[in-house]
Amino acid sequence: MLILECPYCGVKGEETEFAGGGEAHLKRFGPESSDDDFHAYLFKRENPKGVHLERWRHTNGCGKWFHAARNTVTLEVYGTYSAQTTEPPKDIKDKISAKVPGWSWREFS
Amino acid sequence: MSNAISALQGAVYQGYVEVREMGLVGMITLRGDLSSAKMKKAVKEACGVDLPGQREIAVSGDKGAAWMSPDELLLMVPYEGVADALAVVEKALSGEHFLAVNVSDARAVFQLKGKAAREIIAKLCPVDMTPGAFEPGMIRRTRMAQIAAAFWMQDADTIRVVCFRSVAEYAFNLLKDAAEPGGETGLFA
Ligand SMILES: [Zn+2]
Repeated sequence: MLILECPYCGVKGEETEFAGGGEAHLKRFGPESSDDDFHAYLFKRENPKGVHLERWRHTNGCGKWFHAARNTVTLEVYGTYSAQTTEPPKDIKDKISAKVPGWSWREFS
Repeated sequence: MSNAISALQGAVYQGYVEVREMGLVGMITLRGDLSSAKMKKAVKEACGVDLPGQREIAVSGDKGAAWMSPDELLLMVPYEGVADALAVVEKALSGEHFLAVNVSDARAVFQLKGKAAREIIAKLCPVDMTPGAFEPGMIRRTRMAQIAAAFWMQDADTIRVVCFRSVAEYAFNLLKDAAEPGGETGLFA
C-alpha cells in the first residue's frame, strides 16, 4: 500500500483516497508535429522497474492534481510535489539519488 | 413551490452510537482566493466566523465555514437562510473572481453521537481517529467505504458527516452497520 502526502491540503492518506493519473511530465505534441512525435505522445509510456514519476489526484479529498516520485519495486515514495511544474524539484531528485545512485527517468537523473 | 425534504427525512438509528440524519442543512460552495480580504469579510458576514485555516472548520451555533481545498470553502447556514447568505457573499466579493453556489439539496448530513463516535469513523475511513490526531476544529475529506465523504467533530462525543445526497441511503446503512450493538471495539476508550 502507498502512503501519499497531498501537497495541496497536507493530508497524508493511503492509496485509496487518491487516484493514479498516469505518467508525469508528458510533452504535448499536437497539430503540425511529426507523426513519430504525435505517436510517442499518445502511446509511448515509461514502465520502469524502480524510480517512477507519476501524476496523482486527491479524488476523495481536496480534488487537486499533483506529482509523485516513487519506486515501483519498493513502493517507497520519495516525495510529492506541485502540479504546476515541468520537472521534479531538486530536493526530491537528491532524495532519489541518495537511495538509487545513478537513476534516470526520461531526461531526468 | 413544493416542500423541500432531506434524503432520509431525519431518520435515526439507535446503536451503540446514535446515527441521525440531520435533515435540511443550508450549504454553499464558495471558491476563490482564500487569502483575499474580501473573502475573509464574506465568510465573517455570512457565517459569523473567521475564515478557517488549512483543514480547519469554524462553527458558531447553526452556522459555520469549512476549509475544503486551497481555493474552496463550504459555508453552512440554516436551510432557509441560504439565499440571504448568498446575497451577502456576492456583495462582499463583488469585483473579485469567485464562485458561490447553493449545494444544499445536493448533500446529506449525518450526526454520530456517543462516547464511541470516533470508532464508527475509524471503521469506515482510512483516517487516524486517535484522540490528539483528530480533534474538534478539524475537518477531513476522505473516503467512507466506497464513497467520498467529509467529517468533523462538534465536540468530543459528536461527529458530523457530510456526503452527496445521491448516496445518502448507502451512507446511512454504512453508519448503522458500524454502530450496531455487539460491534464495539473499545479502541479509543
Ligand atoms: Zn489534497
